[in-house]
Amino acid sequence: MKITMAHGSGGKDSALLMGSIFGKYFANPILDQMDDAAVLETTAFVPGSKLACTTDTFVVTPVVFPGGDIGKLSVCGTVNDLLMMGATPKYLTCGFVLQEGLDVDLLEQVVESMARTAKEAGVLIIAGDTKVVEGNGELYINTTGIGVVPPGREIHAGSCEEGDAIILSGTLGDHHACILGARMGIENPIESDCACLGDITATLHDNGVDVRAMRDVTRGGLATILNEICQSSGLLAMLEEDKIPVTPVVQDFCNLLGLEPFYMGNEGKMIAVVAKKDAKKTLQLMKKTVHGKDAEIIGEMKAGNGVLVRTPLGSTRVLDVLYGEGLPRIC
Amino acid sequence: MDIQQIISELREYKGKADGTDLKIMEVCGTHTAAIFRKGIRQLISPKIRLISGPGCPVCVTPTAYIDKCIEYAMKDNHVLLTFGDMMKVPGSKGSLSDMAGQGAHVKLMYSPFEAIELASAHPDTTYVIAAVGFETTVPSYGLVLEEIRRREIQNVRLVTALKTVLPALEYICSNQPDIDGFLMPGHVSVITGSNAFHGLAEKYHKPFVVAGFEAEHILTAIYMIVKQIQHGQGMVENAYPGAVRPEGNPKALAVIDEFFEPGPAMWRGLGIIPDSGLYLKEGDVGRGLDQDRELPEACRCGDVIVGKINPNECPMFGKGCDPGAPYGPCMVSAEGACGIWYRNSRG
Repeated sequence: MKITMAHGSGGKDSALLMGSIFGKYFANPILDQMDDAAVLETTAFVPGSKLACTTDTFVVTPVVFPGGDIGKLSVCGTVNDLLMMGATPKYLTCGFVLQEGLDVDLLEQVVESMARTAKEAGVLIIAGDTKVVEGNGELYINTTGIGVVPPGREIHAGSCEEGDAIILSGTLGDHHACILGARMGIENPIESDCACLGDITATLHDNGVDVRAMRDVTRGGLATILNEICQSSGLLAMLEEDKIPVTPVVQDFCNLLGLEPFYMGNEGKMIAVVAKKDAKKTLQLMKKTVHGKDAEIIGEMKAGNGVLVRTPLGSTRVLDVLYGEGLPRIC
Repeated sequence: MDIQQIISELREYKGKADGTDLKIMEVCGTHTAAIFRKGIRQLISPKIRLISGPGCPVCVTPTAYIDKCIEYAMKDNHVLLTFGDMMKVPGSKGSLSDMAGQGAHVKLMYSPFEAIELASAHPDTTYVIAAVGFETTVPSYGLVLEEIRRREIQNVRLVTALKTVLPALEYICSNQPDIDGFLMPGHVSVITGSNAFHGLAEKYHKPFVVAGFEAEHILTAIYMIVKQIQHGQGMVENAYPGAVRPEGNPKALAVIDEFFEPGPAMWRGLGIIPDSGLYLKEGDVGRGLDQDRELPEACRCGDVIVGKINPNECPMFGKGCDPGAPYGPCMVSAEGACGIWYRNSRG
C-alpha cells in the first residue's frame, strides 16, 4: 500500500494510519489520551532541576541505510543533543512529513525502529503530527526532545579551562561515509554509527567526572564542533592526529573521495572535555561502555584560539570550520 | 631512505647554488591540500618554496561554460547534472546555485553514471551532464558514453569542459621560467603514465617527479627534485611506482581516444591554450566556449594558477573573496589553491 493525500486529510485514512502504525508502536499512557496536547506532571522533577529542550529535523536519503534508518536517527539525534547538556531525556514529540507514494511498509519499518530506539533510550513519544505532501515517496521527520538537568549540573562549552582533556568516544566518519557510499553506489562494508549515547553520559555522571562540556560529533565534524567550543571558551584545542581513531576502511573511503574524517558527520560519537585530573578515569569509563569502546584522549585545551592538530611527522596545521557541503572532489 | 633522514636533509637545505630559493610547483589541487593537511611547509627549509599550480579543473572553467550550463538548466524538460564544486562558480549572470533558486533544474551528481539510470527512468527528460575534469575524470565520461551507446539512450547530453594537464604545463614552462621543478599529480599520472612527461623534462631540462598524496610520498618527491637540481639534472622520476606505471593505463587512454579529440581550450585566468581541451568527436556543444568574463583588476587568479604569486599575496584574498562568498574561481572549489590556503592558513 502507498501513502496518498487522503492519509493526511485528518479523516478516516488518517485515523487508520494512526491506529495501525503510530498508535500501535508508540502507545503509552500520555499519548493514548489523544488530546490536543500532552499534559505532563511536573511533580516528579526534583526542585532546582531544569528543563532542556531541543528540536531537529531529519531528511536523510536513503531512508534505510546500513546500521540504521531515518527513524532511529531521528530519536538518537535529539536524545544525544539533550544528553550533551547533561540532561536525562524524558519525552519526544515527532512530526512526520510524508510524500505521496511512500510505501506504507517502509513507514511502518521506520516507526517500529523509532519506537524501539526510544524505548532503549528511556524516552516516551508523547505527541505527534502527520502531513502528506506531493513528492516521490520519501519522508521527513522532526523530533523535539525534553529532558531534565539535575540540580547543580552545569555543562556548557564556555566552562572549559586551560589544561582540560578532550576525549573522543570512538572512530570518526562512519555515518557520513556510510550515507555517501550508499548515495554514490560505492560498495563498502561501512555501517552508520547511529546510536544514543546515554550509556557514556550516565557512567561519567554516576562516577563523578568533572565534565566541562560535551558535544555530539554531527554535521560539520570534529573540526567544526571543536572550533565552536574554542570560540565559546576563548581557548585553543591542540589535537594529536595519531590519537584520533578512524577505521582503515573509512580512511580509504576518504582518500578515494578527497574527504577528511575531521569534517565528516557522525551520529553516535561525542567528545567530552573534562578536567585534566579526570582524563584517564574518563577514558577508562568510556572504554567500558558499548558506544565508547574505541575512545581516546585526543588532545587538550590551551591558551589561545582555534583548533590545531599535530601531524605524526611533528608539523602542526590549523583546523578551520567546514566550508560548504563537504562534497567529494571531482578529480 | 628513512623519512626522518629526508626531513632532516630538507630542513637543512640552504638554497640553490647561487643561494636563491628553490621553487617547486605542485600541479595538482590534491597535492596543495595534502601539503597543508600534513604541514609539509613546516618540515622543510624556507629556501624551498612550494607553489600551487593550476591543478583544479573547476578553477579554470570559463564564464561562458557556466552560462551554457545555465542555459540548459533553464530549458523545459532538461536537468543539468553537476558535481557540487561547480555550483558556486560565477557565470556572467550568476552561478548555478543562484540560478537553482530561479527555476533552473540543477541536480548534484556524485557520479556521471547517475545520468544513465535517471534517463532510463524518465525518458521525457533530457539529462545534461556538466562534464568537467582533467585526464583523471575523462575516462569515466567515456565509459558513460559507451553505456549510452550500448543501451541506445537518447536523452543524455554532455556539455564538456575537459582539459589535459600537459599543454598547461608547457604553457607554464614557457611563461614561468623561474620554476625549478614540478611535483606531478599521482591521479593524472595513473592515466597518462610517467613517460608522458619526458618531452617536457628534456625540452626545459627540469625535474618532473610523480608523487602520491601521503606526507612521505610528497617529501620523498621534493627530496628527489632537490637532488636532481643539485646534480644539474632535469628528468622524470616516479616516486609513486605502486600506482603509476611508465605507460599509464592503456585501457583508460583507449576510452579517451575513442570518444574525444584534442582542441584549443580556454583556461580561466590564463587564456586559450592550444590542444589543451578534449572534445567529443561529434557535436560537442562545449566547443568554442572561450568567452571569459573579465576578472576585476584586483583578482589575481591568473597569477596564482601559474605560480607567480601565492594566494595570500592577492589583494582580494580574504577581503571581498573567501570560501563563503568566492569571487575568483580559485576560491570556489575545494581543490582551488586560494580556497585551500584560506581554509588552512588562518588562526
